Amino acid sequence: MTVTTETAKPFSLGRFMAEQMRNIAPVFTLIVLVIFFSTQAESFRTFDNLMNILSQASITGIIAVGLTFVILTAEIDLSVAAIANAVGILVAYFTIQPDYVNIANVPVQGWIAIILTLAACFTLGLVTAFGVTGIGIPSFIMTLAMMQIANGISAMLVRGQIAYNFPDLITTLGSGTVFGVKWTIVICLLLMLVAHLVLTYTRFGRYVYMVGGNREAAEFSGVNVKMIIASVMIICAMCSGIAGMLGVAYFGSAQQNQFDTFLLDAIAAVVVGGTSLFGGRGGIGNTIIGLLVLGVLNNGLDHIQIDSFLKILIRGLILLAALVINVYAQKLRETARE
Amino acid sequence: MTAGGLTPPAGSVSDAPVLQMIGVTKTFGGVQALRDVDFDLAPGEIHGLVGENGAGKSTMMKIIAGVYHGFEGEMRVDGRPVHLRSPADALAAGIGMVHQELSIVPDLTVAENVFLGVQPIMAGGVVDWGRMKREARTQLASLGLDIDPSTRIGSLPVGLQQLIELSRVLFSGAKIIILDEPTSALSPPEVARLFDALRRLRAQGRTIVFISHFLDDVVDISDRVTVFRNGSKVITERTSALTKDSIIAHMIGRGAADMHMGESTELSGDDSRAVVLSATGLSDGQMIRDISIKLRRGEITGVYGFMGCGQVELARALFGKGKLTSGDIKLDGETVSFRSTATARRAGIGYVPENRRMMLFRTEPMYKNVSIAILDKIDRFFLRPSRERAITEGHIKDLQIRPPLPNIALGNLSGGNQQKVALAKWLTEIPKVLILSEPTRGMDVGAKEDVIRIVRSLRDRGVAVLVLSTEPETILTLADRVTVLKRGVVAREFSSGHIDKADLLAAA
Repeated sequence: MTVTTETAKPFSLGRFMAEQMRNIAPVFTLIVLVIFFSTQAESFRTFDNLMNILSQASITGIIAVGLTFVILTAEIDLSVAAIANAVGILVAYFTIQPDYVNIANVPVQGWIAIILTLAACFTLGLVTAFGVTGIGIPSFIMTLAMMQIANGISAMLVRGQIAYNFPDLITTLGSGTVFGVKWTIVICLLLMLVAHLVLTYTRFGRYVYMVGGNREAAEFSGVNVKMIIASVMIICAMCSGIAGMLGVAYFGSAQQNQFDTFLLDAIAAVVVGGTSLFGGRGGIGNTIIGLLVLGVLNNGLDHIQIDSFLKILIRGLILLAALVINVYAQKLRETARE
Repeated sequence: MTAGGLTPPAGSVSDAPVLQMIGVTKTFGGVQALRDVDFDLAPGEIHGLVGENGAGKSTMMKIIAGVYHGFEGEMRVDGRPVHLRSPADALAAGIGMVHQELSIVPDLTVAENVFLGVQPIMAGGVVDWGRMKREARTQLASLGLDIDPSTRIGSLPVGLQQLIELSRVLFSGAKIIILDEPTSALSPPEVARLFDALRRLRAQGRTIVFISHFLDDVVDISDRVTVFRNGSKVITERTSALTKDSIIAHMIGRGAADMHMGESTELSGDDSRAVVLSATGLSDGQMIRDISIKLRRGEITGVYGFMGCGQVELARALFGKGKLTSGDIKLDGETVSFRSTATARRAGIGYVPENRRMMLFRTEPMYKNVSIAILDKIDRFFLRPSRERAITEGHIKDLQIRPPLPNIALGNLSGGNQQKVALAKWLTEIPKVLILSEPTRGMDVGAKEDVIRIVRSLRDRGVAVLVLSTEPETILTLADRVTVLKRGVVAREFSSGHIDKADLLAAA
């Protein structure tokens, strides 16, 4: 028997807060961190340092954009950093290297190198997508395998060496500036804008949220759920690839394991920002806040007197706090709806 | 685990009831589920328990099995009053229940499942595997089963899984065993094997309650039958004095002068109407076998059957969900094969599943729930939220959805209104075929009438509607022709003439 409640519940501040908890908490954290570091260190509150934070966050940001799509559908991609690494190495593999770099590479023209690399990256995404939707391997496991595969590709291509040369376009975009702003920041912001527009204003974006919100209901509404999940896995691989190409130019070299920290950073950014691990809630706006929280934290801890080893622990604790809020916000929201 | 008193004398012939329920009344939130019911069980009998959905038989059994506590009335086991607070209490008093949804762990072995939670332990907390397997084998043998105890239980057919669960209940010392719909998922040979096991148990002096919709099975196996209707006991009678038809008459209260809506109907199937969708020989290798059905333009086809008869699988198959091993579906005369629900939707098929959770986004606003199935018709690439809201407002007006706010999160609506939203999803672009599973289940009267009106108006606009329900009233209220499913096959088809509930119950 259903108990009928025919009227809408009146507006209540408590319920509003409960529902918006996932959006309010990260912004609040960001404000507190900025105020804290600004009062503690003069060197923190400069324009140069702001650009520094943005520049440090931009490569992670590009990966996090793709990851946002994946997490919104309640899937996960653990291969992002490994794919970025492999793609970065691959673009170097297609470029003439200095004599002292002992890699049996295949130099081609710059733009061909970029296209080949992007195609390889698309293929990796396609394989993940097929594994998850075609075969039915849980994304957690499938992308774990893909992580190993991409790391293997990296290892095979560089064989312990370091490559230094990249196509000119990549070098410019990865390490150059435009009107005094790093190209990586500009590209990251552009990708974020496009991703936000896609998620908010297109049919595909709506499907991403609906599949994350209730996969079964989406399927019974005639949404091609497998197609949507395959698409987000490919989008994520492409974002990782772009981040990898720009990243190697940003670092000035391409070598094994140089993106290792990016996996955790990108996932942390998405989750700290408040995008639900259960899918269907959040978005690029949340990811931006999450990136800034992590960026400010990383940067700020360098500006104050603190044991550099303690930094790692503090980041871990912040991530834990964000996870607690993420899961708690979901429950609060559900009870507020009852 | 305690032995729970002495074992009853073997082959006791006394008629002293092993269990007595006296004057039991149970209320759920102001609704009386049981009204002053007396019920008893004799030692060494198989007692059939029948009644329509909601008649009170499950409530009574859940009280007996300790699932519900807090009721008016008295419960006596072997003449002594007992107060059960949990299923564990009931088991200690010798009462065990095998639910329709089995509680086995598919990835564990047969032996582990029989001993679930009570594994024999050797010194040092190590599980005594040898003893476990030996005793499991003996247990199963007492039911006439020869199964290797180290088999993974998930690899066995459902019928055996059920018997293994039954043996677990037996093993924990139950002398009264309640079986809820034990035959609904079984094939005829499996039913025969179950009955064989039940007769062995009866010979051992155990008492068995057999709850079932399958009246043939009840008549076949039970010694006595109790019929429930509307929360009251209608009759307890020796099975030899009853027939299937007389049981049906007791269940639906034939003889009561007034016939309610949905008790009977005049079918108006018209074979001259164009066939929109025709399915031939559908099988999925598990739940449905060789089902053929034709859906006609401007007609409501009803599919009736008990839970587990294959309705759900049939509906899913027609909507491109679930794999078919054989069979062929024609839409407007052309063979179609739906690779996904999206293909089915684009071909002009709409589907509302039996459970609202399966089709609605509770935390999303109403308009997004309505528009999800037509986004591509509104615009190929971009969202038009103002169009979506306008469309939703139209449906709110037509279907009288309350509250009339397109932006309200759907979870805030009542069940009936949520059901209307689920229907509204398919009303903007009228589909060729609309499949509705349990369209009125659990709704209050007003909402029910609204839904019935909507479905009829769709039919009148030329939609081929398929209504699947386990409630005969729903079928009799809506259908122009009826197909009855029984254990995955078409048992009977009615296309014209007068039918009533008894006909449906007798066919299923």
